[in-house]
Amino acid sequence: MKQLVPTDEALIARIRRHDNDALEQLVSRYEVRVYNLAYRMLGNREDAEDVLQDTFVNVVRGLDKFRGRSSFSTWLYRVAANAALTKIRKRSRREKSESEFLDDVYSVRETAHSGSLLTDWSSNPATRLLDEEAKNEMNRAIDDLPEIYRAVFVLRDVEGLPAAEVAEVLGLSVAAVKSRLHRARLYLRNRLSGYFTAE
Amino acid sequence: MDCQEIFEELSEYIDENLARQKCRELERHLETCHNCRVVVDTLRRTVALYHSMPDEEVPEDVRLRLHKIIRLKPEE
Ligand SMILES: [Zn+2]
Repeated sequence: MKQLVPTDEALIARIRRHDNDALEQLVSRYEVRVYNLAYRMLGNREDAEDVLQDTFVNVVRGLDKFRGRSSFSTWLYRVAANAALTKIRKRSRREKSESEFLDDVYSVRETAHSGSLLTDWSSNPATRLLDEEAKNEMNRAIDDLPEIYRAVFVLRDVEGLPAAEVAEVLGLSVAAVKSRLHRARLYLRNRLSGYFTAE
Repeated sequence: MDCQEIFEELSEYIDENLARQKCRELERHLETCHNCRVVVDTLRRTVALYHSMPDEEVPEDVRLRLHKIIRLKPEE
């Protein structure tokens, strides 16, 4: 028999009547997504835990203001992304400046132009591409993206949201999302190329 | 299209958002340009690798604490 799964909206209506079971269900439905978004954006578990809590505390508190103009998950992602960005900004660590970042992004174009042949690592064995050390390098590389590029990349390519929804979550135009995504991808490709082609 | 122009379109290309005409031009370029081809293949692979990263599980104690913190008070 088919089990009827309540929609987010149905759960929200019950939460507004202080139904804790509905709240449990809604939180269980999204906690892994929020935690992973935070973990990828912040690079460590402790900060991800804080963001997870802040997000759902803010969601419960702000539920009265949620009018359903966007879907609940879009709104939730927005609250979560903002909590993560707030956390990033509180760190004292210096971020790469925009111009340093763009120099890195476009360095491959110079190399390609210089006439030297680029190395193709895309068909390296999966065992090498997916081992623990490679994963650490992938996480470090995300961590070196300037914050807005990081938010765009994690939402679009790690979480798999469509570009239009990423735009809605971050309050950017779709064109801005696409251009930031492209640069973030180029930067990460460079980083992984350096890592996978090093002897 | 030259390498410079191609370079800016690569994300739209791998996301399959390019108009058919532009897509054909780009692919014609790729047939003859080693470096652009390497950038496309490794860019696609980069995106796929990140997309396939397994989810981190929420630690059980963190989950329990979260559910406790947000419990609603019964309606007055
Ligand atoms: Zn080329």
